[in-house]
Amino acid sequence: MNVITVPPSLDDQTFEQVLEQLAPLPADARILIDARNTTWASPYGLTALLTLAQSRAEKPQFMPPERDDTSSYWSRARFFDYAGELFEIKGKVPARGPERESQTLLEVTPVSRSDDVHKVVERIKDKAAHILTHNLHLESRAVMGFAMALSEACQNIVEHAGRGGWVAVQNYNYRKRMGRHVVQIAVCDAGVGIRESLESGNRRPLTDRWDDGVALETAVIQGTSRFPDPGRGQGFKGIRGYLRKWKGKLAVRSGTARVAEVPQWDDDVVRRDHLAPMPGTQLFIMIPEALER
Amino acid sequence: MAPHTIDVCAVLRSAVNQNYGNLLTRDTGMAVRHQIERELAAHREGGITSLDFSSIGLMDYSCADEVVAKLLVLLQNDDITRGGYVVFRGIGEDHLELVESVLTNHGLALVCLCEDGNPRLIGRVSEAERRAWEMVRVRGQAAPSELADEFGFGEDFVAGVLDELSRRRLVRRGINGFQALDVADTVQ
Repeated sequence: MNVITVPPSLDDQTFEQVLEQLAPLPADARILIDARNTTWASPYGLTALLTLAQSRAEKPQFMPPERDDTSSYWSRARFFDYAGELFEIKGKVPARGPERESQTLLEVTPVSRSDDVHKVVERIKDKAAHILTHNLHLESRAVMGFAMALSEACQNIVEHAGRGGWVAVQNYNYRKRMGRHVVQIAVCDAGVGIRESLESGNRRPLTDRWDDGVALETAVIQGTSRFPDPGRGQGFKGIRGYLRKWKGKLAVRSGTARVAEVPQWDDDVVRRDHLAPMPGTQLFIMIPEALER
Repeated sequence: MAPHTIDVCAVLRSAVNQNYGNLLTRDTGMAVRHQIERELAAHREGGITSLDFSSIGLMDYSCADEVVAKLLVLLQNDDITRGGYVVFRGIGEDHLELVESVLTNHGLALVCLCEDGNPRLIGRVSEAERRAWEMVRVRGQAAPSELADEFGFGEDFVAGVLDELSRRRLVRRGINGFQALDVADTVQ
């Protein structure tokens, strides 16, 4: 059994450590994902873990966080609702318990059809409007763009992934970098990924270099879709425009590369290549609290 | 000509059999557009149809691309003698930026009746087109010869600009010149 250790704090950056441990192993290798010492996970961390399990030929084993508050949060976030089917869980999983007021805007929610996108947006629109205007102190017109960004991000799964994925949205205080409230949207799938999607529509640009990084830039930055229709591929453009306006961050990972639209408050790099491979596409959006009220 | 209004929210609810008032996802947009196309086809004969978005809640690019942009492309490519003039109403400030972006992406424009009751041209138009459209709107109807002096260019140039506006369904070609899309005709 190959043990993959989940870092104590699991987010879009530290998830790379999980993938690096997996990289040398074949897809059918028996693995145990050990999250016993994990104390915090972002929506990206939770949805990416499910995606990872989806991509394995052999059902992985999973050891949940030992800390009660962590595992009960994962339970309330409905991670275990889906993890139970994808992992062989070793250890105790707390019952979800009664619904209570939490900072989770949207628990881990599966997305595979257009109707799922409608349900997701409808479910969180009122709460999102309240959090964006009261906690993040954004103008009310930010709410429409938020719904658009969430909808377009989820539609990428429906339109391009070729299999279902997950979305989760959370509001929390991002002490580590900013000391400000943020809303994070994570949309992850283990589908065909952006490179294969573009190739399937013969939309590969005429260039000698063609890899996951070029494919990501073609789709995310240049707005090219596998469909030749000029109205296609505008979803990413819309998301980027929205995030630029509200000083948010976008990062999209696919295959072995990652591109990011990096706001001033962050020091992420705009493009990373030669990362450990991960099937599908993983998208991360962060909208910060406005500084000036 | 009897005024004709299409309530886009009612079309949405009937086309996709759901109770949300949100224009989201490409599939939804396609279903809504197909139903609007059918309703427009039944009310042609040169009339103006008002597409009422006032009960629409949220909107995304993909859906707006299908409902607004592709509908306009279809109308523009259709035989102009068959009419197919639409005025958009109830597009709130929240939606406006998104709709403008979709229009710009396709090089399209539309006539929108704003909350203050005044028609407005939104989307991609040249400065000459915008000026000519505004002149026709103020007058209600005008021939190129009537506008040439104020425009500062020759009659042929103005006629060319108005022809293009007519082709784009932003003004109507009439017997005595070009007519503004009289939004009052579309009020129910």
